[in-house]
Amino acid sequence: MPSSNEDIIKVSGLTKRFGDFTAVQNISFDVKHGEIFAFLGPNGAGKSTTIKMLTTVLRPTAGEIFLNGHDVARDALGARRSFGIVFQDPSLDDELTAYENIEFHGVLYGVERELGKQRAEQLLKFVELWDRRNDLVKGFSGGMKRRLEIARGLLHHPKILFLDEPTQGLDPQTRNHIWQYIQNLNKEEGITIFFTTHYMEEAEKVAQRVAVIDHGKIIESGTPDGLKSKTGTSSLEDAFLSLTGHELREEAATGADHMRAGAKVWGRH
Amino acid sequence: MQAVYIIWLRQLKRYLRSKSRIVGSLGQPLLFLVALGFGLGPVFQKAGGGNYLDFLAPGIISMGILFTALFSGIEIIWDRQFGFLKEMMVAPVSRLQIMVGRTLGGATVAVIQGIIVFLLAFLVGFRPEYLTAWTFLLALVFMFLIAVLFTALGTAIASQLDDMQGFQLIMNFVVMPLFFLSGALFPLNGLPSGIALVVKIDPLSYGVDGLRHALTGVAQFGFGTDLAVLALITAALLGLGTYLFSKTQI
Ligand SMILES: Nc1ncnc2c1ncn2[C@@H]1O[C@H](COP(=O)(O)OP(=O)(O)OP(=O)(O)O)[C@@H](O)[C@H]1O
Ligand SMILES: [Mg+2]
Repeated sequence: MPSSNEDIIKVSGLTKRFGDFTAVQNISFDVKHGEIFAFLGPNGAGKSTTIKMLTTVLRPTAGEIFLNGHDVARDALGARRSFGIVFQDPSLDDELTAYENIEFHGVLYGVERELGKQRAEQLLKFVELWDRRNDLVKGFSGGMKRRLEIARGLLHHPKILFLDEPTQGLDPQTRNHIWQYIQNLNKEEGITIFFTTHYMEEAEKVAQRVAVIDHGKIIESGTPDGLKSKTGTSSLEDAFLSLTGHELREEAATGADHMRAGAKVWGRH
Repeated sequence: MQAVYIIWLRQLKRYLRSKSRIVGSLGQPLLFLVALGFGLGPVFQKAGGGNYLDFLAPGIISMGILFTALFSGIEIIWDRQFGFLKEMMVAPVSRLQIMVGRTLGGATVAVIQGIIVFLLAFLVGFRPEYLTAWTFLLALVFMFLIAVLFTALGTAIASQLDDMQGFQLIMNFVVMPLFFLSGALFPLNGLPSGIALVVKIDPLSYGVDGLRHALTGVAQFGFGTDLAVLALITAALLGLGTYLFSKTQI
């Protein structure tokens, strides 16, 4: 076990290339135990790619990652025991009911049975899906699916929680509600939170520290207040815009993923 | 163990919920039983082969298992496309557990399918007189081995594919040859030596032979050989599948 003052996430020289395109370029950063850390950047900046490498499902081209003291490259299982994640893209089984999805997760993560039941009920009520728990997920709306993903992600209480745009597509009421819950988890259980979002006011309110990534490189990091004073702006949104420029990004990565998958049939490495 | 169980259970639930898939996948075996069983029956009889339906039924049961099992393995591509694979890949369970759970799930589904085909064959007129409780149990063992083997093969193949575009390729160049060159449809004596060799390389041949032996008492290789070959290849494919699967990235 690492001592508690050591950083719980340590990343150095992390790089990911897809062919000759560099999605993440030699980034390094640390996240402290119990910190709420926001990873901000425009579409296609490399946020999700970084999270996929941190969560062991994508192999880095170069660099090192330590999660809770586990080298992700050498001890993936140890690393996996340390975190939970809510993905940006859907990851539910549509042919199962809401409850079955939660139950599956609980068993996979070794959540003790009674505790699992109790939390499942509490979380499903929290995201207002308790009445629909026995319905197949394929009948759910986008927002309902998103809420279920979040509920599922919060079922086990890991050391580190990765949230890749957890609140995208949710209404403001729900977003506030969910952030309160997450902040509470952070405070009561000391869970480290690593999240991305495009809602800057969310990040400003919740994050203790932020890193701004653009074109695969971290261009600035610090406290929200620190970034504001560095850029001479009065909100994190203005600071973000002044750091990353105002031009539009040509792609939103979500839709592109599927096209990429279609382009390449054989040859997964 | 818990993880293996819940992954197994998920496969089973998905199968039981897709009624159209169950019914749809019975059409082909039924067609084969009726068209070939009755169509070629008289010729087979005249050539001194005995009752063709008795000979054919174990082969068609194997076919039902082969198709279902391979498909269950390949289903992992859907899990990738619909994103659920991510949920399994980040979970704190070993890749072997995921592989075993999936394989047992797929195999269970395939065995159920095999039993349904067995009942279909019975309806069409298959009367395995040799059958006792004991040989039926033996038949189940062979059904299960065939099922595990080809689910593992399906998973191994699927871990190399990104989407279903390769599926047709696999049907034409893996599944169909495996089936047609397995001795499911014809006896092995008197075959040209080239074909005979191919049949001996095809793992399904040993499954069909074992199943036929158990159900009708007619054998080519014998139980010992059948069991040994199937067990060996199954173990190898499980290992390979797990290895390839553990290399999977999202
Ligand atoms: N498997 C892949 N193959 C090729 N390129 C990829 C792959 N995955 C991501 N990319 C590219 O890497 C870049 C970064 O993508 P990523 O998904 O990390 O962006 P993001 O910061 O999460 O953006 P968003 O805010 O839109 O979610 C994009 O240009 C994307 O097209
Ligand atoms: Mg993203």
